Amino acid sequence: MARSTPEIPNASMADIAFLLLTFFLMTTTVASDKGLMIQLPPPPEALPPDTDVEIPERNLFKIQVNSFDRLLVEGEPWTASNRELTDKIKGFILNNGQDPTSSDNPQKAIVSFKTDRGTTHKAFIDVLDAIQAAYHEIYAERAGVTVDRWREIASDPNADPQARQQYDKGRGLLPNGGVEIPMALSIAEPTKVGG
Amino acid sequence: MSKFKKKVNTKQEIPTSSMPDVVFMLLFFFMVTTKMRETNINVEQHMPQATQLRTLAKKSLISYLYIGSPKKIDQFGKEPKIQANDVFIEPKGVIQWVNSEKAKLDEVDRDAITISLKVDVESKRGLIADVETELRRANARKLLYSANQKIDR
Repeated sequence: MARSTPEIPNASMADIAFLLLTFFLMTTTVASDKGLMIQLPPPPEALPPDTDVEIPERNLFKIQVNSFDRLLVEGEPWTASNRELTDKIKGFILNNGQDPTSSDNPQKAIVSFKTDRGTTHKAFIDVLDAIQAAYHEIYAERAGVTVDRWREIASDPNADPQARQQYDKGRGLLPNGGVEIPMALSIAEPTKVGG
Repeated sequence: MSKFKKKVNTKQEIPTSSMPDVVFMLLFFFMVTTKMRETNINVEQHMPQATQLRTLAKKSLISYLYIGSPKKIDQFGKEPKIQANDVFIEPKGVIQWVNSEKAKLDEVDRDAITISLKVDVESKRGLIADVETELRRANARKLLYSANQKIDR
């Protein structure tokens, strides 16, 4: 007696599975945890009162952004590109007392960044990016690595001994635990002019 | 004359019966490794672009705050708001949120908590500065302004 063996056609199974696969591939987004990293100062309440430190004008590099996202760099309106701003900041940090109107040495140099409450986040990030680019380029050059590699090292300095060594070399670690070129970035409380 | 015709005995097709298994394996791999986002983001999120991006080695230490204009303007207005987990919070609620986020971490890691601020480009500095002040009070001082890689330079 001839009996037909019951079978489910499975030729299309692969197609169905592929369809599911492509669906998952397209709908899942890879979470990106990339960004500009900064360290905030201690809370305003924790700072000891009446510790107004006089910082000489020459050691301050002032960047201000108003509520129309216009820049004021060292008191002058700034219309040039971000790249030029980075170069100007690098010149300021590495002045070492050559130009009497610029910084004494990298350790004393402070970049002061002030925004308005009405400044957009985009303008803030653009300027912060330019400032960090200046420091990262200086560090990378001193450590003898590319800027991309430097940022990898700085993200995780303790990844391996070589990274740690390059990290310390780039920033110029001093025996007392300080660094030759600290990333001295002061982000001031925004002004309330609005607009 | 003898026949020298070579007998062809091999099959010509590639066996496809195991194809679904292979594909299902791929599928399960992706389903297991990709992490689904638990929260729906209710604010506009257009990330700014920057060049000096850095990542954090330990991803478990990151907590996210979303800032931007609400997507449902008729319901929440168009003023930028702060979203933490699934709810909108005021700047004053940031400390409480940070403490609850810290409680999720191991005790040794609590001071290393990093806040990733996912801020829409159109948000204003005023609100973000208020959040920063509260983060300073909450002693969560490592900050990551989320940004995308700038393509042209």
